[in-house]
Amino acid sequence: MSGGTHLENANPVIFQRTGERLQTATEEDEDFHDPIDDREIFDMIRSINDPEHPLSLEELNVVEQIRVKVNDAESIVGIEFTPTIPHCSMATLIGLSIKVKLLRSLPNRFKIDVHITPGTHASEDAVNKQLADKERVAAALENSSLLEVVNQCLSTKSS
Amino acid sequence: MAADSTLLLSLVEEYVSGLQDSKAKDTATGIKDGQFTILQLVEALGLSLTSSQPHTRARGVQLLSEVLQECHEGLTEGEVEVLIAFFENRLKDHYVITPPVLQGLRALTKCTVLPPGSAVSMLRSLFQDVHVQSLMLTERSCVYKMLINLMESREAELKGLGADFVFGFLQSMDGERDPRNLLLAFQIANNIIHRGYDLGKFAEELFEVTSCYFPIDFTPPPNDPHGISKEELVQMLRNVLTGTPKFAEFLLPLIIEKLDSDVLSAKLDSLQTLTACVSQYEHKDLAEFLEGLWASLRREVFQTSSEKIESAGLDALTAITSCLSRSVLNSDSEDSLCTFLDLVLRDCKHHLSEPDLKLVWPSAKLLQAACSASNRASHIITAAVMPSLLEQYDNRTQCSHRRTILEVVQRFVQSVKTSQSAEKEESVFVAFRPSLCTMVFSALNENNSSLQKTATSVLTSLAQQPGLLLDSDIELAVDHLTKLLLAEEDEGVSLAVVECAGALAELYPEAFITKLIPRLKMEMFSDPIDQDNNRAVSEHQSHHAVCKRCLSALAAVSTQARIVHESTPVLLEVLSSAHTGSVGFSVDQVVLACRSLQRIAEKVQDTEETGRCFHDLVIPRLLSLSLQAALQGEESSGHRSPLLEESVLSAMVPVISTSCSRLQPALAEQTALKAVSLFLNGDVSSLPNNSFPSHIQLLKQGDSWSQSQLVCLLMGCVCSLPRSVEVPQVEQLLSELEEMSCTCTHPLSYTSAAKCFAGLINKRPQGEDLDRLIQRTMKRVYTELDSASSSACTQAFTLLVWVAKALLLRYHPLSTTLTDKLFSLLDNADLGPMAAESFSLLMSDTTDLLNRGCHADVRIMYRQRFFSENSAKLVQGFNAAPQEKKTNYLKALSNIVNNLPKQVQISELPRLLSLLLEALSCPDQAVQLSTLSCLEPVLADPLPALIQQLEALINRLIALNSSPAMSVRIASLRCIHAVSHFPEHEILPFRARVLRALARPLDDKKRLVRTEAVRARGEWFLLGSPGGR
Repeated sequence: MSGGTHLENANPVIFQRTGERLQTATEEDEDFHDPIDDREIFDMIRSINDPEHPLSLEELNVVEQIRVKVNDAESIVGIEFTPTIPHCSMATLIGLSIKVKLLRSLPNRFKIDVHITPGTHASEDAVNKQLADKERVAAALENSSLLEVVNQCLSTKSS
Repeated sequence: MAADSTLLLSLVEEYVSGLQDSKAKDTATGIKDGQFTILQLVEALGLSLTSSQPHTRARGVQLLSEVLQECHEGLTEGEVEVLIAFFENRLKDHYVITPPVLQGLRALTKCTVLPPGSAVSMLRSLFQDVHVQSLMLTERSCVYKMLINLMESREAELKGLGADFVFGFLQSMDGERDPRNLLLAFQIANNIIHRGYDLGKFAEELFEVTSCYFPIDFTPPPNDPHGISKEELVQMLRNVLTGTPKFAEFLLPLIIEKLDSDVLSAKLDSLQTLTACVSQYEHKDLAEFLEGLWASLRREVFQTSSEKIESAGLDALTAITSCLSRSVLNSDSEDSLCTFLDLVLRDCKHHLSEPDLKLVWPSAKLLQAACSASNRASHIITAAVMPSLLEQYDNRTQCSHRRTILEVVQRFVQSVKTSQSAEKEESVFVAFRPSLCTMVFSALNENNSSLQKTATSVLTSLAQQPGLLLDSDIELAVDHLTKLLLAEEDEGVSLAVVECAGALAELYPEAFITKLIPRLKMEMFSDPIDQDNNRAVSEHQSHHAVCKRCLSALAAVSTQARIVHESTPVLLEVLSSAHTGSVGFSVDQVVLACRSLQRIAEKVQDTEETGRCFHDLVIPRLLSLSLQAALQGEESSGHRSPLLEESVLSAMVPVISTSCSRLQPALAEQTALKAVSLFLNGDVSSLPNNSFPSHIQLLKQGDSWSQSQLVCLLMGCVCSLPRSVEVPQVEQLLSELEEMSCTCTHPLSYTSAAKCFAGLINKRPQGEDLDRLIQRTMKRVYTELDSASSSACTQAFTLLVWVAKALLLRYHPLSTTLTDKLFSLLDNADLGPMAAESFSLLMSDTTDLLNRGCHADVRIMYRQRFFSENSAKLVQGFNAAPQEKKTNYLKALSNIVNNLPKQVQISELPRLLSLLLEALSCPDQAVQLSTLSCLEPVLADPLPALIQQLEALINRLIALNSSPAMSVRIASLRCIHAVSHFPEHEILPFRARVLRALARPLDDKKRLVRTEAVRARGEWFLLGSPGGR
């Protein structure tokens, strides 16, 4: 952001944003039960801000709809995310942001699994392990400077 | 006289020793009234002025100064000279005397009779004897005001002081800290720079002393009584710093340095200052800093996260480029514009060949900013980038890449447009015309909707370049657009195509008249039903869609009279063939045709030609067709004309009312005359295709709805006339309309008759005639309403509401009795709910009549007035009403409040808040919903009254989360979301409770509810959390 700092990846590839979800007639029908589906989960996480760029995770293709899997009946959500470069130091932070966003947005019956798309990051296993460990996620959110960065990723842009 | 002098002595005594400040005023009044003179005052002060106590001397001088402030106007030149000499001398006295002396001097600077040379001598002793920055705030301000006064009145003398004046001023302001005084000091500096004072060798010092405040960082204290804003200071300082090219060598490095700052506002201020200063500079002032400036600007645009910074950076680049373009070149110096643009191109151009990477857009924006600065700049830049862009378009295969390139090209075309409006030169793009056209046309043929959409906007921009496209290009473009209109299924694309056709038709009407309109007509009238039956269904559907697009395209291209002449007959033909059944147009299509006519009437210029077209052609034809349909209605032939449908008639009304209200009042008058004589007298002579029976009586058709409903067309005509136009036979018309609205049983007919009646009443001149008419009508209405068995109750009520609205809009005194009747009906068992609904009609704008477009008499703020006069009645009625009737009151209230302007809602809310909260717990879902929708905008800026009731508000909102109606759940979640933006300390206590309550709607069965819950919960989580809010 400021003059001196250098970005790890100053000129990333940008992807197009998907439009708003089209409303269907069943969604407006009072009696119909809409299941929680992949797109709905994707809509929750696609607008998360990247920690470095003024861009969303969707625009950087870190998250994609095909890498979101949800099973409403069994209350399971699985998400794979793809760091822009294999040595991205922000991978854990991005994973944490996705996880926190889902913890805040989903009913607590869901089991949430967030991990890196296989083969896209140098220290994939270590990051996945951290993200899967409930204790460590909880501890990370006790750390106010970490929580600050996560909240910044999750805040909606005012402009 | 002796009495006066003792009085004066006692005044002086009481002021100096008695410390009674009010005596200064009494003394000043005495002098103004001529009771005593200044000389006498000085004599009376003698002892105090020569006292050995400095405080007594100060008090004496203060009295003199205060008196002078009041009566400096009455002084003679001689007196002023003596007083100045005295005060100058006193400056050397004890420091406690300095403040009153300065006040006295300031008063004297306002004298018109200041002797020559005194200004200079005053300033010399001031600069010599006083160290300004060791004075108190008010005394410093006194010095600045002296300088300002003298600069206003004695400019020549001050300039005679030369650089000494500037030096003196610099010494006085160096180190100033108070924003109030800074504003004054900046004003003086500004005068020095802009009024041509000699800076001598002090230019750098003046810059140093002022620039140390740059960039200004100032937050006024809360409830600041002085009302100084940061913007004011920023603007004043900017005027000083950018005032003269002499500062260039100091200012530009400073700006480059400040752009490195991390503070957003500092960057923004630096960029804006840069933009402001280069407009005064020449290229030689800029030359040595260009590289540094470019590096900073590039960094800001490439890396910024704020749109404001980006656009300020682009503005600065435009300003620099236009400054460089302005300068006259010497034969020996290098062309600094070229050098600079080379820099820009070097850093940006290569990014344009990576259309999927982030930096393509910042680079394009930078190049476009430079491009828009001047003609020369746009030639240099387009010559450098266009060939490679065009070539890339051909080489790239991915649609998303091609679209990015097209968008970049479009922005280039647009950026050049802004710079070339005045000059009559050849377009910058002439050399690229063939390849640009090829590119656009190939993109239009592409099978990708976003590419096609972009291509239409490029085409529009190209067409708007004066003299760029050739006639053959336009014809080709029209062919492409027509093809897309007829074949393209995608809604977004056809919308873009229609828009593009509209823009092009305005510039090149000929091609549209000869090519597009005949083709569309042919297409619409080709009857798909003739084909064999198994293909018919899908064909029929696609034909329907084609028709829809053709109709909207016809409306879009008809912006010029010439085109209107060609397009309206086509639309009328659609109506008449639908009526006869010769071509199978559906009701929807007929409605669309009417909409298109309406859009044309709204958009087209008001000329004699278009007026004739509508009044002589379109309206008579509409009347005649619908009359034919109405007469036929009774005969039971196989084909039922679509023109009998309510939706078609309602679509015809705005065509008539728009043309009568805005096209050619003289012609509208004739139309009205014809319409009234048709409806009152059955005079059919004015209609085309005249084969009507001569005995028709359209307003006396109790039993035939098909004829009586035509009264809505009459309404469209007579209710939208300008007020200058007299409605013919108005008395008779009104009485027949009244009769019809009270007796007719067909809803559209009696409602239209009531509306027509109301529309006419609204425009009738004030007076006894009108009052009598209203009273007569109301008597009839009240009788109907009061007789329990009346069958015409609904009719009478409809008339009551519309007349009430017509009168309310014009502040007619009788409107109160009518609205009071409505209030009393809220208690009525049958009409209560209808009465509650009617307030929504009363307060909202109607589109077909009684609005300003229809020249109705609408007073400003009638809603506020109605509300402030009646809110008390409503509250009273609510409290008095039995439990089961309370809902009606709440509904009426929320209907009224919903339509009030937001400012009024905010100011009235405190009084109504408890009632609205009551409404939230009312079981009626409609009441809940309309109360929530009225609360939501108000919640956007939290009022103290709301914050007091926060507990009750949040509880009720949370309770509504489990409402059975999904719309109520959604609205309540939106309100909870809005509450999360209240001041943090007020809502933080509720955080845990709200988060808990919002967990439930996360698992709602409706997705739309879940989405709102997710948004609201996300915001509440951020509240009071680090990095959140």
